[in-house]
Amino acid sequence: MLKIGFSRWGFGCFLLLAAHSAGAQLRIEISQGVSEAVPVAVVPFGYDGKGEAPIDAAGVIAADLQRSGRFAPMARTDMISRPGSAQEINFADWRLLKTDYLVIGRIVEEGPDRYALRFQVFDVFRGTQLLGYQLSGSAAAMRAIAHRAADMIFEKLTGVPGAFSTRIAYVSVVRENGQEVYRLIVADADGANPAVISESSQPLMSPAWSPDGRRIAYVSFEGKRSGVYVQELATGSRQVVSRSPGINGAPSFSPDGRWLALTLSGEDGNLDIYVLNPATGEKRRLTENSAIDTEAVWTPDGREIYFTSDRSGGPQIYRLPVSGRSSPQRVTFEGRYNARPRLAPDGGTLAVVHNDRGNYRIAVVDLERKTTQVLTDGQQDESPSFAPNGSMIIYATRRGGRGVLAAVSTDGRVKQSIASAAGDVREPVWSPYPKD
Amino acid sequence: MSRTFLIALAASVLILGGCSKGGTKPDADAASTTTGGETDYSSQTGLGTGAAGEGGAYVEPGMQPGDAELITETVIYFDFDTANIRPDYSEVLAAHARRLAANPGMSVRLEGHADERGSREYNIGLGERRAQAVRQALMLQGVNSVQITTVSYGEERPASTGSDEEAWALNRRVEIIYSE
Repeated sequence: MLKIGFSRWGFGCFLLLAAHSAGAQLRIEISQGVSEAVPVAVVPFGYDGKGEAPIDAAGVIAADLQRSGRFAPMARTDMISRPGSAQEINFADWRLLKTDYLVIGRIVEEGPDRYALRFQVFDVFRGTQLLGYQLSGSAAAMRAIAHRAADMIFEKLTGVPGAFSTRIAYVSVVRENGQEVYRLIVADADGANPAVISESSQPLMSPAWSPDGRRIAYVSFEGKRSGVYVQELATGSRQVVSRSPGINGAPSFSPDGRWLALTLSGEDGNLDIYVLNPATGEKRRLTENSAIDTEAVWTPDGREIYFTSDRSGGPQIYRLPVSGRSSPQRVTFEGRYNARPRLAPDGGTLAVVHNDRGNYRIAVVDLERKTTQVLTDGQQDESPSFAPNGSMIIYATRRGGRGVLAAVSTDGRVKQSIASAAGDVREPVWSPYPKD
Repeated sequence: MSRTFLIALAASVLILGGCSKGGTKPDADAASTTTGGETDYSSQTGLGTGAAGEGGAYVEPGMQPGDAELITETVIYFDFDTANIRPDYSEVLAAHARRLAANPGMSVRLEGHADERGSREYNIGLGERRAQAVRQALMLQGVNSVQITTVSYGEERPASTGSDEEAWALNRRVEIIYSE
């Protein structure tokens, strides 16, 4: 077995406020899975150490696989044995239970606040091991380590990297004592560990991750005017990036993390796209048009941006080189409303807010084939954001008069509903993969 | 919004202003809440004094009869997907413009809003466009740009939280907020 250390995200050093209201935690459920979801058994992990095991790692892994919509984990009550090692597995039993894959493992206490999680994945029909791995860390890191194990299992079985060890930033709005309280929250991709990183009585909006996952840019209306801020997650320290007269909005980090694209209007209220280097203050205007130009997003190579503009009448998506040496090219032509582009990690597809016969829905635009496919069926779907593996799009919608989140796979086959117990939640943005 | 419309709006305000200059006196309502003595409504420029002992509506400097009521209207509503100011608001905006033009120390904040449909940052743009339409209308009628600030909240601060036509109509608006 290969053994690696675990330093992702710098566990334990976050100065984040725990989201005190229990209502802030998201609950993610599959509302539609693939019909041929793959049966898998994740046997409860054994534990070698003092006291209780730090977490139920098998439970976390099974829940991740289940939430993907592509796997159907076996209920523990249906398991007729609980093997802890390869020697203890009777493959004939598991074949009878019609499970395709078997995951076993154990947590071993290695020292003071130091645990190793070992797991193995078996092909039940062939009776062979597909994957064996060990990951170590502190008790506080064990949940993230279990997500990482789920990522590896998912990738082994589907060929697509998992995105369970990523995070989601979103805005929650709760009415408290007759006043709206806006919170910017960062949580694990399964909704666990929600932490408030910013709170205001004035609107917070448009969170955007830095490519290394360590900073978040967002818009705050504190002082009753808009400003773009960049906040370091580990320390909570915050920089005012732009607070010019008029609109300061729609921030988006360049792939190298050094530049922000953003929307400024000036006093005359003409929204245009700029790029700004927060470290040097260098600022360059990219569009110059009397229409609304906003919602820029960078291509993976950092050479171009896609943005929303209503220069043709209604909002449509345009592409523009960041060098500014040529004019914007329109890329959406289907429908009268396409806005808020977000680019898939491979750069080949845009997720947009698309007006579909009077309903605002999430659609994906294939940039090469120039086709538009509507993925959702709500009336007020908005703010699409790709998972870093490109397999799912998380977005905001309204249900029962409340703002809720939902996710859909890019092939439209898997749908998740993501509920918050209190208030409205909106503007979900999926983090990039954590950088070591 | 079209330039011709703004010019037409400005022209109509001039005509209205011209008419009422020699027009009727305000209702001499004895029960009206007069503050700080009576003023001569017919003066366009300032602080004329009315005849002692005669009741009359207080008219702020530079304002015209009826303005006091018109400026109580501080929310301008818009039709779907447009920043065009509806003609029925021309008198309201003219009254606000007279007030601001006559009081250069006074300032307003124009808060533009959109309904919830569509994308949030694009809606910030729509709210800003509405705030700018009101700003332009005020400036065309003599208000100095330094007296006006705009902010767009897009769909972030709805006046009504419903998700129907009625709520959306209430949310597509510009709020005129005075500050000294």
